[in-house]
Amino acid sequence: MSHSPYRNGFQKPSISDRIIDIAIVIVMVLVVIVTLYPFLNVLAVSFNSSSDTVKGGVTIFPREFTLDNYKTIFSFGTIPHAFFISVARTVLGTILSLFACSMVAYVLSRKDFVFRHFLSRYLAITMYISGGLVPFFILIRDLQLMNTFTVYILPGIVNVFFIFMIRSFIDGLPYELQESAKLDGANDFTIFWRVILPLCKPVLATAALFIAVGQWNSWFDTYLFNGSNPDLSTLQFELMKILQSTQTGQDAVNSNDMARNMQQVSPESIKMAITMVTTLPILLVYPFLQRYFVAGMTLGAVKG
Amino acid sequence: MERTIPAEKKVKKGLWRTLVDQKYLLFMSVPFAILVFIFSYIPIWGWTMAFQKYRPSRSFFEQEWVGFDNFVKMFQDPNFYLALKNTLGMSILGLLIGFTMPIIFALMLNELRNGMFKRFVQTVSYLPHFVSWVVVSGLVYKMLSTDDGPVNQLIAMFGYEKVQFMAKSEYFWLIVVLADLWKELGWNTIIYLSAITAIDHSLYEAAKVDGANRWQLMRHVTLPGISSVIIILLVLSIGHLIAIGYEKQMLLGNPLVSDASQVLDLYALKYGIGQNNFSFGTAIAVVNSVVGVLLLFTANGFFKKRTGESVI
Repeated sequence: MSHSPYRNGFQKPSISDRIIDIAIVIVMVLVVIVTLYPFLNVLAVSFNSSSDTVKGGVTIFPREFTLDNYKTIFSFGTIPHAFFISVARTVLGTILSLFACSMVAYVLSRKDFVFRHFLSRYLAITMYISGGLVPFFILIRDLQLMNTFTVYILPGIVNVFFIFMIRSFIDGLPYELQESAKLDGANDFTIFWRVILPLCKPVLATAALFIAVGQWNSWFDTYLFNGSNPDLSTLQFELMKILQSTQTGQDAVNSNDMARNMQQVSPESIKMAITMVTTLPILLVYPFLQRYFVAGMTLGAVKG
Repeated sequence: MERTIPAEKKVKKGLWRTLVDQKYLLFMSVPFAILVFIFSYIPIWGWTMAFQKYRPSRSFFEQEWVGFDNFVKMFQDPNFYLALKNTLGMSILGLLIGFTMPIIFALMLNELRNGMFKRFVQTVSYLPHFVSWVVVSGLVYKMLSTDDGPVNQLIAMFGYEKVQFMAKSEYFWLIVVLADLWKELGWNTIIYLSAITAIDHSLYEAAKVDGANRWQLMRHVTLPGISSVIIILLVLSIGHLIAIGYEKQMLLGNPLVSDASQVLDLYALKYGIGQNNFSFGTAIAVVNSVVGVLLLFTANGFFKKRTGESVI
């Protein structure tokens, strides 16, 4: 894996080979710098004292190190509560969605299930056709889900993409396991819970990462459905309000009353500390889950 | 191996008996099928609103039907064409840049000899994929700002005048597309890299014996090896050409650049929800979806004609 298939192990690399190698390494280093610099810059500014940041010129090291920005955002205002709501929707949404998706995936993997083909088509159709924003908005309103926490969880519980991904993993497990469990008198749910789920850990880890990242990062449902209720505000939405208020004017779409909430202007360092709090949880977990999602992506790609 | 399955299992049972037998499987799936019905199928049914003068307080049977009035109104609105132009502009530009760069990046990564360095570059390049567009928009504003942004500092270093990137509509399309490239470059290479690893190594050996150099190997072994993946992804991205969403445009946009940032989904949001004109907003979404599905089938049709396979 570690050496390129282009290279012949016995030959000494020619000069043009060397030049190509060096050029590629330079490009890669540039990609790494361009990718990392914005994050390091934000990190540095978030640890820099607000009064000093105004002078400008902070790059990747804080000039006047302080924890005050973090203390400020966690001691008052909407951020602590928004953090709690974000964590709550991520944890709850991920667990429930994972449970639902894997259960439906198991049912679909059972070749003897009566509605197998119907259910499979029924789910697949929704991947190609969707009603769009306006009918969805009216539906949520008619169901009285506006200004509720439920709106973060319920509509997203069943995710067809993850169902198909988990099903193709279950299809690869030996069927004999289920049969022997059945002979021992286990019912279908027990088989799913005791036999199938424990074997699905790799694919469940992948799906969990994607679902959790999706939950943590989403802001539009808050904007659309819970924007007027500060008790249900999420970190991403708070950050969005703060960023939009200081960017060149207001957002073009703010035709409703949300625009009025976006007037407060925070110092640069505080803004960057909030950005960091919104980003850090993901940055901390994703390197550990990398091997899972790379495998998961490949699995999903092969199966189409 | 011969399994000892009781003989009666082979006998065809009645539907009712099967349902009773599979009651657990039904309990495990029917509630979720109902959820899908509510949150996916009812909104599709909501498309009927596009043909009505929808009033929220009335039931379906009391609505006033207006035929294609909403569509006619839409096709007469200059804002619709502006939104269409921006949608297509950004998606085609995105296809040109955002589609080709991951392929080139994957080919280059594949040339890296040092495994540790390769893994480091990959890990770093995946990172922005996991960050929300809210954060990315904040980073873009910060990086392009006129007083402290590194891009403008570089421009100033070379003696040029600083540019107000975020306030000029002529830069908006490119900023959106490049921000998207920054966010998804590494992520989109995963699939090409795994396709490259799947190529039979003996092909490289054989080509080397024939005296192929590095470029020829890339041109005649690697690229053909991943071409099917490239085509499949190309067909899918053509299908999604018009469905570029609203998130980036909404977060990166501002009133100064609104003539470049207004896309179809934002247009639907603005008229449909912002101004409570639900029927008009739905009509936009219907056109959006229909064009998307048509594009997908057209692209897939061409693909099928050439290769005899189907992507969807």
